[in-house]
Amino acid sequence: METILLFAPLVGALICGFTWRLIGEQAACVVATGLLFLSMLLSWVVFLGFDGETYTRTLFTWIESGTLFTDWSIRVDRLTAIMLIVITTVSALVHLYSFGYMAHDDNFKEGESYRPRFFAYLSFFTFAMLMLVTADNLLQLFFGWEGVGVASYLLIGFYYRKPSAGSAAMKAFIVNRVGDFGFLLGIFALFWMADSIQFDVILAVGPELMETTFPFLGYEVNAANTIAMLLFIGAMGKSAQLILHTWLPDAMEGPTPVSALIHAATMVTAGVFLVCRMSPIMEYAPFATNFIIIVGAATAFFAATVGLVQNDIKRVIAYSTCSQLGYMFVAAGVGVYSVAMFHLFTHAFFKAMLFLGAGSVIHAMHHEQDMRNYGGLRKKIPYTYWAMMIGTLAITGVGIPTTYIGFAGFFSKDAVVESAYAFGGELGSFAFWALIVAAVFTSFYSWRLMFLTFFGEARGNKHTHDHAHESPMTMLVPLGVLAVGAVFSGVVWYNSFFGKTDQVATFFGVEYVDTYAEGEHGEDAAAESHGEEASDSHGADHHYVFTSPPGEGAIHAAPDNDVLNEAHYVPLWVKFSPFLAMILGFVTALWFYILNPSIPGRLAESQKPLYNFLLNKWYFDEAYEFLFVRPAQWLGRFLWKGGDGSVIDGGINGLAMGIIPFFTRTLSRAQSGYIFHYAFAMVLGIVVLITWATLSSGG
Amino acid sequence: MTIGLEHYLTVASALFVIGIFGIFLNRKNVIIILMSVELMLLAVNINLVAFSSYLGDLTGQVFTLFILTVAAAEAAIGLAILVCFFRNRGTIAVEDVNVMKG
Repeated sequence: METILLFAPLVGALICGFTWRLIGEQAACVVATGLLFLSMLLSWVVFLGFDGETYTRTLFTWIESGTLFTDWSIRVDRLTAIMLIVITTVSALVHLYSFGYMAHDDNFKEGESYRPRFFAYLSFFTFAMLMLVTADNLLQLFFGWEGVGVASYLLIGFYYRKPSAGSAAMKAFIVNRVGDFGFLLGIFALFWMADSIQFDVILAVGPELMETTFPFLGYEVNAANTIAMLLFIGAMGKSAQLILHTWLPDAMEGPTPVSALIHAATMVTAGVFLVCRMSPIMEYAPFATNFIIIVGAATAFFAATVGLVQNDIKRVIAYSTCSQLGYMFVAAGVGVYSVAMFHLFTHAFFKAMLFLGAGSVIHAMHHEQDMRNYGGLRKKIPYTYWAMMIGTLAITGVGIPTTYIGFAGFFSKDAVVESAYAFGGELGSFAFWALIVAAVFTSFYSWRLMFLTFFGEARGNKHTHDHAHESPMTMLVPLGVLAVGAVFSGVVWYNSFFGKTDQVATFFGVEYVDTYAEGEHGEDAAAESHGEEASDSHGADHHYVFTSPPGEGAIHAAPDNDVLNEAHYVPLWVKFSPFLAMILGFVTALWFYILNPSIPGRLAESQKPLYNFLLNKWYFDEAYEFLFVRPAQWLGRFLWKGGDGSVIDGGINGLAMGIIPFFTRTLSRAQSGYIFHYAFAMVLGIVVLITWATLSSGG
Repeated sequence: MTIGLEHYLTVASALFVIGIFGIFLNRKNVIIILMSVELMLLAVNINLVAFSSYLGDLTGQVFTLFILTVAAAEAAIGLAILVCFFRNRGTIAVEDVNVMKG
């Protein structure tokens, strides 16, 4: 079943991509989509029937060389099962959605067939992503990792006639290369240390690595920390974390379904998945996890600030994605991997939905993406409006604290925030406050998007507004399905991901023991009684810890990692703070864009430098342009003009057109045609020969 | 003074060198080149005869007779070519014989 699940998208991609001329365009797309839905169905079967016990299906051997031994295989544990449903569900819905969205496209000429190519790329992406999450060794994971990179490149640059799309695709690829370099070094280092790249082996060596050092860049470094850092650099590239985030907003050049699938729900979360997968090593690398917290929190804050002022509807959501990925990394960094996966899971639904909703708006508005030209679309496209509304409610985290009522984002985001607080220390409070501020901004820009798009007066081209129309059913159905996910995915799986430790442990297939907790924890819990079920069924006095040795179970927590427990006993104000942040953002957006629409303009005018700073994304692109792109171009031009043009071409030309003709002329003059010259040469030759023979033999 | 092997060899090498120089110092007439070739052959013959007598082995003198025969034939062919050449080009001056130039 897992094999069919895994290869159905590949078969779909091949059929769709190579045989559409035979079976027809529409049929090819239907085949790809149908196989994806099959894959989705099987994924849900796997997920719901999964009992927490990790199992591996070996397909065939890939590489056997010395001690390096690699299989193509399918490893299914809880992490994989979660990723499977996220990937295949979103992918299947995006396939369906693309029937409507890609029906007509101005970027292609009349009669050009672009749809089979699009569907084939989408299916190929899905296959690569599935390969990534089902890998049982780092090499297969890396194969999938690069496969999704290729698919992402192809799809960002799908409108190949647009120069901006081409350069965005290259940017995504090149920036990812930086991260992948770190990732590869991490794999090499792990292989060096553990002599294997099988997860079964390497995930068990975390504690040993913590005691080991090796020389790196001239320093003697701790093995666990260095490997974790290198792997995280790979994750930073893929997941668009600060420093390596610049490609994600530009990736919005691709068609909107692509943004929903790749740059919101699946590929960009591969980094989070990697960190969670490597949790048995991360747990023993305190420096690296602290770094992850800092980067995650900084990204969440940074991306949220930039999102405040962007005008392109897709870019707002792109920065929002970037910011939410920061949340996930904070959760992973503080050691609560289940919460990172929880946020990944819920985020996939509501963010894919926001993107598809944005796509629906763009579709309705004839590919206009500037929100300043929207307005008043509530009546024109009511279904899209409600879908976007649910998505916004989910991402801003609407819900009632301390109860089980709320949208998906409410549960997962609160879980992240509480975990950050529970981590404690300066780092914990830094992450906590960064995330709270980011939550305010998230709420603000999400509502700003809603108000600008659906409320107020119609702005921009009147003709476009008159012809705004609701999208076809193929686009609305995916929105509806994702809406269900955005509403319920949080509440249904709340206990599995962020319930009491024993529930989480069961869900992830980790062993646990019940250590009776005396003192503070018990009292706190009794006083607050977080969640009725949890406290009723297990009693608040129980205190569970993960006891699986590293490498067993889907995630790992070091014996001293108690954040998951602590997170349930944070003060009440902490639990309410994301809620207050959400309200604050909402009210501000309401005031700015509905009650008094002149404020944003005046504020931007009075805070000009700040506004420009944010509008230009903190000048990251300009800085990179100056620091890396210019020198690289200069070096390239120097090597091209100087190295290739002057030295190599000049050398060849000089040799072919100067030196060789010179010798030719000289020698051709020797060939005079006079016999006595030739005879003289012969005599000289004989003299030389005889002299040589005499000297060599006689001597 | 007895005439020894050295004297024969000296005369032979003198003749040989004269022959060589006759080939490429002469700029006038192709016939002179032919004569120089004959001179060189004769020098070789003198060597052969001298060594034959010196070593008491008749083979050298037999060989000389062969060479003389070949030289006669060669002179006949050379002169025949020369006649043809003169009919075609109207001259046998060495200066003008340069059609072998590439």
